[in-house]
Amino acid sequence: MTSNIAIESRDFSHFFGPLQTLKKINLQVFRNEILGIIGPAGSGKSTFLRSLNRLNDLVPGSRVEGTLKIDGKDIYAPDMSVVELRRKLGIVFATPVPLPRSIYENVAFGPKMAGVHSRRKLNELVADCLKQTTLWEEVKDRLDSSALKLSGGQQQRLCVARILALRPDYILLDEPCSGLDPISTMKIEESLRELKKQYTIILVTNNTKQAARVADRTAFFLSGEMIEIGQTEKIFTAPVDQRTNDYIVGRFG
Amino acid sequence: MYVNPRLEQRVVQSILWLFTAITVFILFYIIFFILKNGLPVLNYQFLTTNPTDMGKSGGIYSTIIGTIALTIGAILIATPLGVGTAIYLTEYTLESKITRVIRFGSECLAGIPSIIFGLFGFILFVTKLKFGWSILSGSLTLAFMILPTIIRTSEEALKSVPYNLREVSFSLGGTKWQTVTKVVLPSALPGIVTGVILSVGRSISETAAVIFTAGSALRIPTSIFSSSRTMAVHFYILAREGISMPNAYGTAAVLIIAILIINITAYRLMHKFMKKYS
Repeated sequence: MTSNIAIESRDFSHFFGPLQTLKKINLQVFRNEILGIIGPAGSGKSTFLRSLNRLNDLVPGSRVEGTLKIDGKDIYAPDMSVVELRRKLGIVFATPVPLPRSIYENVAFGPKMAGVHSRRKLNELVADCLKQTTLWEEVKDRLDSSALKLSGGQQQRLCVARILALRPDYILLDEPCSGLDPISTMKIEESLRELKKQYTIILVTNNTKQAARVADRTAFFLSGEMIEIGQTEKIFTAPVDQRTNDYIVGRFG
Repeated sequence: MYVNPRLEQRVVQSILWLFTAITVFILFYIIFFILKNGLPVLNYQFLTTNPTDMGKSGGIYSTIIGTIALTIGAILIATPLGVGTAIYLTEYTLESKITRVIRFGSECLAGIPSIIFGLFGFILFVTKLKFGWSILSGSLTLAFMILPTIIRTSEEALKSVPYNLREVSFSLGGTKWQTVTKVVLPSALPGIVTGVILSVGRSISETAAVIFTAGSALRIPTSIFSSSRTMAVHFYILAREGISMPNAYGTAAVLIIAILIINITAYRLMHKFMKKYS
């Protein structure tokens, strides 16, 4: 199981009722890389991300075809534990959604639901995860105050800390910086480069420059299809497909 | 026919103002009337001694206890049933024929006159199940009566919890039940509590449903199988039988003050709740 392929999507399609949102996606994600997914709104990049931890299951009328393997296991197989899967693939959403609880309780939420109740363990975990997202120094004196009082950038880093507390193998980011200022964005990107050492990261973004800055490889999605995937440098300098080129230079999107 | 717009505006405004004034006037007149007639007999002794001579003299202590016992019983029965139904409707099913039937049923339940509830409770709990005229029979009957209110308000409160909080809980590896109990219910709690408090007001003032099921015995209830008289029933009997009008008004005054306090509390809670989530 030391295969370098972490995620493998083979002819994977997704439907919302009669609407096909993903068309036979074929791609692989390697261990400890940052895969950037770019594409205009409605291209299916978020749907693909949410298929990976089966969050789409929550939407009525959601249906899949083809296979999606994570660590060699078909995640849509009937014996798959969705709860375990979601712990393994932590997701960060476009807008930070702190739970209406304290900073501490936000980070401890996942572990607590997984059955960790030892106060000492939780304390260590919370401190550790907040340090990894460089939030610790800013909030260490007010862990018990409401998470809703943090600034937007801090809230988003809290959301990253919250999924780190799950001890996941993968981090999925769904346009994590779309609502943030450049400095907060820079801080998030910095922590991504650091996190890459331990995690496999998929970054969905509609900011092509962000993909160029942090992704090792980049995939371009358009209207539910994956048009092209390759080394970020190559995608941005010498794309094979004309549509990729048009999108990157800003002819549409 | 041409009407000067400014004149039209004036006339319409005056008529609407008059309607509002009449409504408010009626409300305040009722409260004023009850308090004017009731307050003179209201004192510490009136609240803390038992009625004597069929209520002609003495206070209303036992009826206050009876009212509280019945209300607590009704709330204890109706809250889990109502909140449970609301959770089922909002969290565990999709909008379908079945949920529409459940919702329609609960709305019809709200429209049934309370005397029908009283008769139903009398036949089922008092005679068929042999609970007799008792706190238990009365509480069960009241519980069915306030159930629609609790279901409706709880449903609204649960629906107002943003969807993405649920999504976050699921994405952090929460099960459905953990999501409902740890994320959704805490956020919806103020709204649910408001509904429960409004139901308390309704239970306290109910007469018809209670007189058939809890009886009208003038003594302090000792168990859930004792019969008991509530304040509203006490007022009804005192006034109808012409036993003592001053004591009837005294009871009414206590009732009205209690309901005012409860409604103001509920209103405040609701206000606080809306401010927090808007």
